[in-house]
Amino acid sequence: MSVEVTGLTRRFGPGTPALRGVDLSVRTGEFVALLGPSGSGKTTLLRILAGLEFPDAGAVRIGGRDVAAVPARERGVGFVFQSYALFRHMTVFENVAFGLRVRPRATRPTGTEIAARVRRLLALVQIPELERRYPDQISGGQRQRVALARALAIEPPLLLLDEPFGALDAQVRKGLRLWLRGLHDSLGITTLFVTHDQDEAMEIADRIAVLREGHIVQFDEPSALLERPADAFIAGFLGETNQLPCTVTGGQAHFAGLPLPPLRTEAPDGPASAFIRPCDLLAAPAPAGSGGGVVQGVRHDGRALHLRVAAGDVILDAAPAPGWAAPRRGEPCTLRIAAARIFPEGRPAR
Amino acid sequence: MGAAALGPARMSRAVPRPAAADPAWARRVAIALALAVLGLCFLLPLIAVFTEALRRGLAPAVAALTDPDALAAIRLTLLVAAIAVPVNMLGGIASAWCIARFDFPGRRLLTALIELPFAVSPVISGLVWMLLFGAQGWLGPWLQQHGIQIVFALPGLVLATIFVTFPFVARTLIPLMQDQGRDEEEAAATLGASGWQTFWRVTLPNIRWALLSGVLLCNARAMGEFGAVAVVSGHIRGQTTTMPLHVEILYNEYQFAGAFAVAALLAFLALVTLGAKALLERLTGRRASLHP
Repeated sequence: MSVEVTGLTRRFGPGTPALRGVDLSVRTGEFVALLGPSGSGKTTLLRILAGLEFPDAGAVRIGGRDVAAVPARERGVGFVFQSYALFRHMTVFENVAFGLRVRPRATRPTGTEIAARVRRLLALVQIPELERRYPDQISGGQRQRVALARALAIEPPLLLLDEPFGALDAQVRKGLRLWLRGLHDSLGITTLFVTHDQDEAMEIADRIAVLREGHIVQFDEPSALLERPADAFIAGFLGETNQLPCTVTGGQAHFAGLPLPPLRTEAPDGPASAFIRPCDLLAAPAPAGSGGGVVQGVRHDGRALHLRVAAGDVILDAAPAPGWAAPRRGEPCTLRIAAARIFPEGRPAR
Repeated sequence: MGAAALGPARMSRAVPRPAAADPAWARRVAIALALAVLGLCFLLPLIAVFTEALRRGLAPAVAALTDPDALAAIRLTLLVAAIAVPVNMLGGIASAWCIARFDFPGRRLLTALIELPFAVSPVISGLVWMLLFGAQGWLGPWLQQHGIQIVFALPGLVLATIFVTFPFVARTLIPLMQDQGRDEEEAAATLGASGWQTFWRVTLPNIRWALLSGVLLCNARAMGEFGAVAVVSGHIRGQTTTMPLHVEILYNEYQFAGAFAVAALLAFLALVTLGAKALLERLTGRRASLHP
């Protein structure tokens, strides 16, 4: 089910609004991440979609229908809370059955139908053995699955998840997010999820909306965000990167006080920020006292070597240049920038 | 870090003493003190009430309790509690819901107002109703014209009792509901539940034990209230005297056996209430430990 958001604004008391003029258009069947640092308004946006919060201005259309006057309980939108919000006095079974039991008599399935559907859902989320347990008797990952099964019980065409993996440890988290993506694909629903973890968003989302201070900075596919970041914020927020201040004069960026060669750029003259990915900052061995950097740390992650190089008064993340097989701590080196993104200070580059 | 350099003798002293390792004599003194206060101030009077009541045997005590005035007082006390407690239960749930769930202007004021009955003397709690509804009160003449009797009658007793016992339910529920938050209710809403369904299926089950405990305390206090009720009662024997007032009347008339018999019954009702509350806590505690 498509989601269309235009000019959405929400203000909590005086001060900066939580959302200011958010536009977002999600296609049916898409898996979209709302990514941003805390306080960027992503949860508020999700809650407005669910009808748990109301905008001060702007419109929300779900499946083409304006839902301004539709309360949460009539939207039929599945919502998974960050805290899971399981009903603590009900068993897992009853939690999942809740959405069916509260239906008006005319559309309520019979007891046996409900039981069959709940068991099917519990099998779908792979916890059929837990139906008689209470929420406080199961683990965090299991609660997450119950919350998901409960939200799916009402067969929502749109599923919203608020930090779905936030409270889980790294191992569980990784497995669960791939599984969630698979579930999304097999159910054919539209899913939006809020996260502050870029790896999570990059790994499973079709498109990512990056939010900052209440508006969407860029809404694009993961690869496009990495290759064509809209501004310095996104360039710095996504992926590992070295951010260095520089000065642009006559089409060249100069790094004052750093052993880095000037870099050609199309940015206008003036102060700017350069974003250099570690894999684009190449370190090569150099004789001592040649004025380069010094290797401070070497880390091998199974695929590649990662260097930490002290240069001037900063530490940079770099990669060894081709041919330098065994860099060691304390070795002097030179640095070369293979590629960088330069954004003038204070305004986004387009 | 520094202690390591000072050698073993000093190091042993640097290790903080566990709280449980207070000297044995200090613990014993503290326990003895607590027991002495408990015994002197709570247990002894309770024993005194029951022994006084039964000093001349069971028969006079029974006679004092089956006296028509005493029976009327018992009936009135139960009736007042039967009205005041449900009213306060509903009012308590409503105000706790408002305070715990919504942020509105005046929320702090309302929270403070709920505690007002605990803060002011019960005599004042009675006097306000006299000022409002008494013969010389603001609404007194109008009430008299229309033949409505509030003070020196059942409505006054109920009003005074409601006022004094209002905080019990609300104060038990507010911290619990604040702690539980709105998430579960919001989840119920996204699953299609109406407000009414959410209340019955989610909110109420979550607060039921605390609610019951608050109601029991409220009931104990409603039956035992003296000060506020004394002001609005008018002490019409057999009509507007509740059990506590009846005890006072008998005592002032030197009918000690009767006074203590009624007092013992009142104390017994309070003990039953407390016992029910304790049992409830044990049951809920056991449930909690079953589902850690």
